[in-house]
Amino acid sequence: MVAVKQVATLDEDFEIRADGRDIDPDFLIRDLNEWDDFSLEEAVKIKEGSTQPVEVIAVSVGPDDVDESLRKCLAKGADRALRVWDDAIEGSDSIAIARILAAVARRESPDLLFAGVQSSDQAHASTGIATAGFLGWPHAAVVAHLTYAPGASTAAFRRELEGGVLQEGQIECPAVLTIQAGINTPRYASLRSIKQAAAKSIAVLSLEDLGLTPADVGEAGSSSHVRRMYVPDKGRAELIVGDAAEQARQLAAIIREFKGAAP
Amino acid sequence: MSGILVVAEQRRGELRPVSLELVSAAASFASTEKRTGDAATTVTVAILAQDPAAFVPALSVAGVDEIVTVTVAAREFDPDTFESALGALIDARRPDLVLTAHSVDSFGYAAALAAGRGCGFATDVFKFERIDGALVATRGGYGQKVNVEIDFPGRATVLLALRANVWKPPETPAAPHLAGPRITDFAVPAPPCRTVGGEFVEIAAGDDVDMTTAEFILAIGRGVGEEAKIAQFRALADAVGATLGCSRPLADAGWLPKSRQVGQSGKTASACKLYIAMGVSGAIQHLAGMKHVSTIVAVNSDAEASIFGVAKYGIVGDIFEIAAELRRHF
Repeated sequence: MVAVKQVATLDEDFEIRADGRDIDPDFLIRDLNEWDDFSLEEAVKIKEGSTQPVEVIAVSVGPDDVDESLRKCLAKGADRALRVWDDAIEGSDSIAIARILAAVARRESPDLLFAGVQSSDQAHASTGIATAGFLGWPHAAVVAHLTYAPGASTAAFRRELEGGVLQEGQIECPAVLTIQAGINTPRYASLRSIKQAAAKSIAVLSLEDLGLTPADVGEAGSSSHVRRMYVPDKGRAELIVGDAAEQARQLAAIIREFKGAAP
Repeated sequence: MSGILVVAEQRRGELRPVSLELVSAAASFASTEKRTGDAATTVTVAILAQDPAAFVPALSVAGVDEIVTVTVAAREFDPDTFESALGALIDARRPDLVLTAHSVDSFGYAAALAAGRGCGFATDVFKFERIDGALVATRGGYGQKVNVEIDFPGRATVLLALRANVWKPPETPAAPHLAGPRITDFAVPAPPCRTVGGEFVEIAAGDDVDMTTAEFILAIGRGVGEEAKIAQFRALADAVGATLGCSRPLADAGWLPKSRQVGQSGKTASACKLYIAMGVSGAIQHLAGMKHVSTIVAVNSDAEASIFGVAKYGIVGDIFEIAAELRRHF
């Protein structure tokens, strides 16, 4: 099971929503989270390298426009896509989303559950590991290398630490792993697989299907509450203006000054 | 306990420096709580290790009221150990606030701990304060383009994972005329052993460059567009006397060896004094890893790129044109 998120980047000009707590959705550009591309690829690689049948399920929580990202997953090798939505889910933080993903995992009983280390928009780095917390499953974060034979009772991994160091580890399955960017080289979907994915159906699950209630999700089921979102006054670089030749001349002067001052 | 529980981090026998940054954050928050007339807020630091006493001297700094030593079987970080030990400690002490680093280790346990205990929870927090009685944490959103203020209504305990390199570690040890922090042992049951942490592996160098000693780094990011364009920046770096570095996506793509990556998760460019970033938009990890550099020059075609927020000088322009023009001077 690969948990994926459709992330949002801000349009060049954007406006804060009227309630001051998020961005006006008209100014958001949606795409599949960069890290999830790697975790999906890792699952598809395991499937392709296995002699026994393996199913890869892509799961996301969100309204129907999230199907676009799920179709991308189908085009890149996921066998099945599941989407969970109910209007009550609006306003969920990463903990509430994790509660939903844990309910999906209980229903699907995967051998491994992957999530990206973090999302490129909000970068909480918590959904995958919180899901493991709800499930009570073993977990490891920031996995940069994985060796796993489908059906095996353990998986061997390396997690990426700060400062260019990896640590080896072994984990009991079923387990939740958060996958680091760079673990593999995600494939591009072929035109043919994109067409095939467009024809596949995406199952949509409700809270009821998962045995959850509105109190488990949304702001009621969240561990945090957004008070306010605002554009910070940022320290700005002193701009070097002029044409490229002038800009380069000034940059050369900065370099020379540094080299003159260097011991 | 009306207090703050700070979770120290150690790795391979060394206290991780961020631990003392957490102490600073806790101590400064505790002092404002005192000023506003609340009951005294104590700062307790928990250290989990096979021999936690070994870390007590390094943690005995100004602002720490108590050090809780937790002896555990695992030599290195293990998520099950942290969750069960810290869960037991939270149950026993009932702190208002738990502070961890926003680090690779905390990525591995903090969210599960918060989910399991029903704690209020926020990560990558760079500011927290009390506003009208409510604890308010601030973090970035949408690729750091906005700030988000978060509160935690109805939560008895709030767990915040704090960004590194924001709070300055205390410079002085606890004043000698004062009693040092109280040292308390806290016994925890052994957790199930489901994850085995093994050997540490240095990322293969790929080439013989040592980014930790480079004083002048010229780094390239996604803006180079394609692998074939790297050679001209390598030549430029050589010409100006800089060490060529790169941002994470280039190393991930294998365009340059991992040893060339600068930013938080790559080799720390600790000696760097002049950093020219060309086509690097500035992911948060990258900015955090370079913000100590005294002179950062950012060259980027996107005037809104985050890197201009930390750079001293900015050039909005085409990196290929600037590179070609710069070449004429060296």
